[in-house]
Parts: sequence; C-alpha cells; structure tokens
Amino acid sequence: MIWAAQILQGVLLGGYYALIACGLSFMFSVMGVINLAHGSFAILAAFALWVLAEYLGISPLYGLVVVLPAMALLGVVFQRFVLERSSRAGFLIPVLSTFGLSICIDNILFQHFGADTRSLAPFLDDLSYDSWEPLGGVFVGKLSAYIFLAAVALLGGLQLFLSRTFLGRAIRATAADHDTVGLVGIDARAINTYATAIALVTVGIAGAALAMRATFSPYAGGPQLIFAFEAAVIGGTGSLWGTLLGGVVLGVAQSIGAQLNPQGFLIAGHAVFLIVLVARTLFGRLSDLLLALLTSKATG
Amino acid sequence: MASDITVARWTKTSAVSTAAGAVLLLALVFLPFVAGTATLDKVTTLFIYIMLAATWNALAGYGGLVSIGQQAFFGLGAYVTIRLSNYGFNVYLAILAAPIVVGIAALPISAPMLRLKAGEFAIGMWVLAELLHLLVNLDPLIQGETGTSLIALNAYDVGTRNAFTFWVALGAVAAVLIFLFTLLRSATGSALQSIRDNEEAAESVGVRVVTTKRIIFVFAAAGAAIAGSLWLATAISFQPKTYFSVQWTSYMIFMVLVGGLGTFEGAILGAVIFFLIESTFGSAGVWYLIGLGAVALSLSLFLPRGLYGSFSDRTGLQLLPVGYRLVFRVHSAKPSSKPVPWKESSK
Repeated sequence: MIWAAQILQGVLLGGYYALIACGLSFMFSVMGVINLAHGSFAILAAFALWVLAEYLGISPLYGLVVVLPAMALLGVVFQRFVLERSSRAGFLIPVLSTFGLSICIDNILFQHFGADTRSLAPFLDDLSYDSWEPLGGVFVGKLSAYIFLAAVALLGGLQLFLSRTFLGRAIRATAADHDTVGLVGIDARAINTYATAIALVTVGIAGAALAMRATFSPYAGGPQLIFAFEAAVIGGTGSLWGTLLGGVVLGVAQSIGAQLNPQGFLIAGHAVFLIVLVARTLFGRLSDLLLALLTSKATG
Repeated sequence: MASDITVARWTKTSAVSTAAGAVLLLALVFLPFVAGTATLDKVTTLFIYIMLAATWNALAGYGGLVSIGQQAFFGLGAYVTIRLSNYGFNVYLAILAAPIVVGIAALPISAPMLRLKAGEFAIGMWVLAELLHLLVNLDPLIQGETGTSLIALNAYDVGTRNAFTFWVALGAVAAVLIFLFTLLRSATGSALQSIRDNEEAAESVGVRVVTTKRIIFVFAAAGAAIAGSLWLATAISFQPKTYFSVQWTSYMIFMVLVGGLGTFEGAILGAVIFFLIESTFGSAGVWYLIGLGAVALSLSLFLPRGLYGSFSDRTGLQLLPVGYRLVFRVHSAKPSSKPVPWKESSK
C-alpha cells in the first residue's frame, strides 16, 4: 500500500513538473532557445506572490491576477532586450546571456530576501493540508490534485490555442520556418514576443504551484530549471502531452527513489533522465539503420 | 603592378610574443626559490583559473559546445585525488593521476552527451554534474555533505607543499596551453572550428564530427579535473557542495566572455582579469556575484567577441597564432607588405 501511495504522489508531483516544463518546451519549439533563466523566473513569480500575500494580505490565488500579467510584460521585455539581440549572434549567445541573467536574478533575490525558505502554504487556509482518502490508507492532497488538474488544463488549453486560433497557427508557422512566414504577412518578431509572453505566464503559474505545494528560496531556480528540462526531454521536447508524460515519469521515479534511499529522490530522477537519453541515442541509431535498410530496398 | 598572395601563420609580433610566453613559463619554474608562500598560493590560483578558462573556451569557443556542467569534472578530479590518496598513493601522484582517470571516465560519458544540441547539451551536462555530486556523497569516505580533507598533504611542511603544488600547477597549465595551441593549429583544430561554424557543412566535406567533438570534450574534462585536484591541494578540505557547484562554470563563462569567446589569448586575459576582480571584490559577497552575472549578460549582448576578440578584430593583432592569415605583397615603387588579418567567422 505504501508503494501505491508513493506512486500516486509521484504522478501528482509530475503535474507540477509538467507545469514548469511546458513553458521551457514551448519556447524551445517556437524560437529554438533554451532559456536558462527559466527556473529563476519561476522563483521570481513565487516571491512576487509571497510579497503580495505577506505585506498586502492578498491571497495567492488573487495575487495571480496581478502577477501573471506582470510575467507577460516581463516576457515582452525579456524577448525584446535579451533574446532578440542574443539570438542574432548565433546559438551560443542565448545560452550565455540567459545564464548570466539567471545569476543576476538569483543573487538579487538572495540579497533582498536572504537564505530563508518560504512557502505560500500559510496563506491558503486549510487547502494546503486538506486531502481525500480514495483507498484505505492512501491519501491524496487536494492541492496536489488541483495542481495536476491545472497542468492538464494548461496543456490542453495551449494545445487548443495552437491548433484553433489564428495567433496559435501563426506561432506554429513561425516555429516551422522563421523566415518564410514573413512572405505571408506574419511579423515573426511580434510572434516571438507573444510566444515569450505566453511562456512566462506559464512560468508564473508554475512558480505559484511550487510555492503553494512546497517551499522555495532564492537559489531554488537552478533545480527547477533542471526538473523542467528533465521532464521536457523525457517526454520529447516540443510535444505538449509528451511533457505531461515526462513530468509524470520523473515524478514517479523520484517518489520511488525517495522510498529506497534518503538521497534517492534526486538520484532516481537524474538517472531516469540519463537512461532515457542513452536509450534515445541507441534507438536513434537503430531507427537510422532501419531507415537505411528500408530505403535501400525501395531504391534497389 | 603585380601582387601575389601568400598564406602565413606567423608575424613578427606573434613570433616574439609566443617566444616571450615560453620564456615566461620557463622562468616561472624558479619562482618558488624567490617568492613567499602567499605569492605562490596566489599564482597557483591564477594558473587554475587559466586552465578552467582555456578548457571551457576550447569546448565552447572552438567546439561550439556550451557546457554548464564542467563542475562535474572539477569535482570528480578532486574526488579521485582523495580516493587515490586514501588507497595509499603518494598525494602528488594522486593529483597527477586525477585528470587521466577523469579523462578516461569522460569517454563513455561523451557518447550520449554529444548527441545533444546547444542548450540541451548545456543543461544535460548540468544534470550530469548534479548526479555525480549525489553519487560522490554516497561514498562513506566523503561522509555526505560533511566532506573530508586531503590529510596526506600533512606529510609535507607548508613551504615544500606550496612549492610542489606550484610546480604541478605550472606543469599542468603549460601542458593544457601547449596541447591546446598544437591541437588548434592541427587539422583537428580546423575541423573543430568548421563544426562550430556549421556542423552540417563540415560533415558534408568529410569532417569526422563526433570524433573531433569527443577529443575536445575529453580534453576539457581532463583540464577541469587537474584544476579541481589542484584546488583541493591548495584548499585541502573537500566538501562536495563547493566542488560540484555550478558557480565554477559561471566563473569559466565569465572569464571567457570577458576575454573573448573563441580566442586563444582571450581566455588567458579573461582569467587574469577575473583573478584581479576576485582578489579585489571577492569579499563583497552577493553583490560581487550579481556583478559577475550582469557583466556576463551585457558582454554577451553587446560585446560577444569579448575584450581581446574585439581588439584583435580591429587591429589584426595576434599574439599566439592559431589561425592563418593572407599576406598581400604589392610590387610597386615603394614595396610594402601589409598583412590582412584572417577574420575568423563567429556564429
């Protein structure tokens, strides 16, 4: 029974990973940029919500009404001043500039708020510890379940947005061919700005989820970036539902690892990520080989 | 008026400066006989920074592989030194063996990692560093985050220890720089830069992409490892958290960006500047780190070629030549030979 409970916890934790990963994966598929300040932005949003709750008494759920538009605005500035400039200089520079930015954000947060870990849980009344008991001895935290549902809703919403709306189709077209969309009257620069703003809104939601279900501190951005990246890669970058699957695989692996060894939580997560990576290398070669065989038959 | 074009490698300036560099390295051998322990310690630190900058620059600037996980090899180098010394090896032998062991370990690691592209490779390496950190923590000798010390160094008195460490560091920095200089001037070096500029095009003209990347990956791993084992020799205590910290990679990025990504001399200049900044502002703590991040961000946005790179682009000056240059000789009334700098394309 303890294993069932652990696995269920892992699945729900996977919902959070899918939330934090979807923005990373989204930006990568649209602009080909991996934003190394991704985790730091999530922590920044968490601190913004904490400040609103602590000093102005605004509940985190209402705080999102302020913080999410602010994150969208931050996305516009980030795209115009950092990403646009650095991606012109080639594929190395965005990696360096976003890493420099993350060092700045982390340390400024540390300078201002100190090393204390904080949480939004105290501002959520009984939501933070309420739970259901679907099976005897297996508890499901309401908050974790809501976060999982939020992830499903967000991914589903993004999927609908990308396939059904004009802006969504323009974003996909820009992702497919950045230069050619200009010929059909799409302003790639504006599209990239929208995409970054959307990505940062999802980062804001992820930051809120992290801060409500667990604790955060100024230097927590790095680990969040790593988790997001692991979930995105396990699920296959660029695929939204794959991201959910990747998040769940990561969450379950960590929960099982934690059951085996006190340090197992992180080790199991990193190990699963590397195993998937190695397996993809091997299967990549296998599928290349198969493809070569098939095409040689077809031509010969 | 006829003109002929020749391809040249050396100029008078670069021949003189390379010779001066070699003489400087040789002269430094005698430093322990004239300088005190504090000076030796500082110069050893500078050598470690130079190795970190030069190897990261080789990886990113020449190989196009931006890694955020070089602390994996830095930490592993220190860990291997502790382990070997605990098995009863002479402590300096252990320091020297660390880059070899880590280099061999880097070979299988390179297989999955080199399949990753740009940002994926960057974070993939970071994950690897985190995993190695956690695995090293599991070793009972290390006692988790508590760490341990390189107690075997106590067999030597402070003066002897500092001199030995300095000589090993000098030898290591010379080996790293000379190897890199030779590698970049060889066919492999040209292959490396062609991959950085356009991987598909390089492959299409017969460059062995994976093998070439693997050489530089293993070299950078071994370089970071000796830097880590030497850092341990000066710091003595080993706490996994400090050695496997991503901060080491941010230092490397800072040094290379300031000096000039993809310029051989720039990495050395960047290390010297970082060394000076660190000894002046290092005590400022968090603000110092904010400053480093801000400089890295603004340099990558506004001066991606760094100080030396921009300077060299403008003046055509090359002190340690790793590229080629075209020399136009114009036969006219007044013969003049004005070298035209070989502009390296930077992506």
